[in-house]
Amino acid sequence: MDFDDTREEAAFRAEARQWLAANAELKGGAFETWQSRYPDREGYDGLERAKAFQHKKAEAGFAALHWPVESGGRALPPIYHVIYAQEESRYLVPRGYFEIGLGMCMPTLFTYGTEAQKRRYAPAALCGDEIWCQLFSEPGAGSDLAGLRTRAQRDGDEWVINGQKIWTSGAHWADWAILVARSDPKAAKHKGLTFFFLSMKSPGIETRRIKQISGASHFNEVYFTDARIPDSQRLGAVGAGWGVAITTLMNERLASGELRGPDFEEIFGLACSVSLEDGPAIANAAVRERLADLYVKTQGVRLTRFRTMTALSRGETPGPENSIGKLVNAPKAQEIASFAMDLLDMGGVIMDKDTAPLRAAFQESLLTSPGGRIAAGTDEILRNIIAERVLGLPQDVRVDRDLPFDELPTGAR
Amino acid sequence: MNFDFSPDQRSLRDQARKFLAEHATSSRVRRILEGAAPYDAELWRGMAEMGWMGTAIPETHGGAGFGYLELCVLAEELGRSLAPTPFSSTIYLASEALLLAGSEAQKKRWLPRIAQGQAIGCFALAEGAQVATPGNITTRADGGRVSGTKIPVTDGDVADFAVVVAGEADGRRAGLFLVELRGPGVTRTSVTTVDPTRSHARIVFDGAAADPLGAPGTGWPLVERLFDRAAVLVAFEQLGGAQAALDMAREYALGRFAFGRQIASFQAIKHKLADMYVAVELARSNAYYGAWALSKDAPELPVAAATARVAASEAYYHSAKENIQVHGGMGFTWEFDCHLHYRRAKLTGLMLGSGRRWKDLLVTRLQAGAA
Repeated sequence: MDFDDTREEAAFRAEARQWLAANAELKGGAFETWQSRYPDREGYDGLERAKAFQHKKAEAGFAALHWPVESGGRALPPIYHVIYAQEESRYLVPRGYFEIGLGMCMPTLFTYGTEAQKRRYAPAALCGDEIWCQLFSEPGAGSDLAGLRTRAQRDGDEWVINGQKIWTSGAHWADWAILVARSDPKAAKHKGLTFFFLSMKSPGIETRRIKQISGASHFNEVYFTDARIPDSQRLGAVGAGWGVAITTLMNERLASGELRGPDFEEIFGLACSVSLEDGPAIANAAVRERLADLYVKTQGVRLTRFRTMTALSRGETPGPENSIGKLVNAPKAQEIASFAMDLLDMGGVIMDKDTAPLRAAFQESLLTSPGGRIAAGTDEILRNIIAERVLGLPQDVRVDRDLPFDELPTGAR
Repeated sequence: MNFDFSPDQRSLRDQARKFLAEHATSSRVRRILEGAAPYDAELWRGMAEMGWMGTAIPETHGGAGFGYLELCVLAEELGRSLAPTPFSSTIYLASEALLLAGSEAQKKRWLPRIAQGQAIGCFALAEGAQVATPGNITTRADGGRVSGTKIPVTDGDVADFAVVVAGEADGRRAGLFLVELRGPGVTRTSVTTVDPTRSHARIVFDGAAADPLGAPGTGWPLVERLFDRAAVLVAFEQLGGAQAALDMAREYALGRFAFGRQIASFQAIKHKLADMYVAVELARSNAYYGAWALSKDAPELPVAAATARVAASEAYYHSAKENIQVHGGMGFTWEFDCHLHYRRAKLTGLMLGSGRRWKDLLVTRLQAGAA
């Protein structure tokens, strides 16, 4: 039992460190991110800089370490991806623009696309010239993704798309998208879906930003009105879209589920620095007990990731047990935010960055953390995944499995 | 990154699991629960033949000299099977106290016999229904004699010797003392606890011969060091128990039908089991880290041990409690084994001090690390 890199891993880590030191900027503070330094205002300032950085990263061979060599990768085991991410996390680097394209869309294209398509799209995605988004969720199909209603109707060599997608990260700057749509409403729910990719510049596509409870806008609604996709951009067979979508979602697991925002270190620091009615917060028994609980959870998740890395290092694939990280971290982020504000008592409500500790990071987190418990699998869906795929318990009884989709009952929302 | 047990250690685990599945069955555990025998002597002899007691005892003292990772592997299996033996008292506490602070003569006298399974040890600290502190223990050692009452002492009724925590002559410092329990000045009676699968005693010392363990005045820091080491090992027992309770709940939920379906198909049950699984896995990761720190005698051990202890105590109690709930009325009957884990979870959660105390200790140690 040890925490050491193998010789090859250590050599790679040194290479990554050296490259980052020469090409990236160290973070200025715990909560400084690319987005906070270069917010995307009109003119996409942050995006243009991000594309420039991605170019360098791709040239140096760090952009897709586990991809095949012919697609611009290094064909390394997934552990190298984790090692690079560990090193990169200390630097101010663009995140979010390319992750969906490289992490989810391209692997799907590698599995279902033609050789010509791989050659056309992978290099442009890798160097950041083309950004991809994922058109999956709908207003009536979130956790129950297969309940989606966006229609794909065949018209000769083309498909005509009508409907609405929602929660699409980056749709407003994306060049390309993957899309799952309903091609046969008479078929059973999971059997009437077909998978495509399309240009976001196609006529008939309208993108609208969604304002979140935090006031920020990271997501979009995307409306389709007679948008057209050539049949050559279909991935997988007609009616086999669900299986393709599962391939895409399986690749989401490699994404780390890293907690963004104040974590144990910050709440511990706050407890050490503020006073309560009976003295320093850190001396208060109730505060100490909650801090201990938070530390035990934080360490538990961190060390569970080390176990996952061990499995990766042996060349094993991380399984659904990897869902633990997000299931623990997302509610924990919300708890830390609320607990921190309680320690500040009446003043905890202040969001003024010059008055609130850590420039109001806890208050910001109170308003952003609910999203963490919903995005990329709700707490409830993650519990189902653990129950069904790890513990082998039966799936829920499905009343919708064998009925034609257009006969399924629907509610008002 | 190699944060896992080695292939050899995993094969030791398989071997231990197989042995205990045969020799520490539910009916054997129930013999101790319901009968007069304080522990399963036949199982204890079998464990000795396997060489388990000597796992972390150096070869120079008659042990196998493997190490603590191997001991952690065995602890997990012992916890899973609820093995009713004085292993934790003898190995994690008495033997460890000797290894940490014993003189060559003391080690020579006890360690080879422990390794052979021929001596049982215990650790005597608590003095009744309150937290034990250096300030409130009344047992006194003076001039090579110890007097006072210790209760509960796990395995105190069957042990050959005890490591006793007593106030030294001036009454302000605590010390550790080795006391032979079969000599004069020792009166032992059995004590009933919530977990009768493990035996407990009240020991009255009345001028019993006491041999100091470690330098004078080093007692309380030594107790803390000893408890850190034991906390990691007990965490593995708790982890094994927690996993067993989760496995039982899963199996029952799959086999039990209600409202025309397996109860394992209801989300109320699935989510309960998922939460048990998460608690067990976080406890497992924290326990592994404790094992690493213990095996390397790393400076991280105090924080790692407290973290492992809190996580494992809570995971075991949570799993054991919810296992009864998943079983419904059947889980509340004597004949189902759910209560065996429920009892053991609470016992192990208190035997080295409550979670409340360990959480406080953990934060104290984090403060020291941050300073």
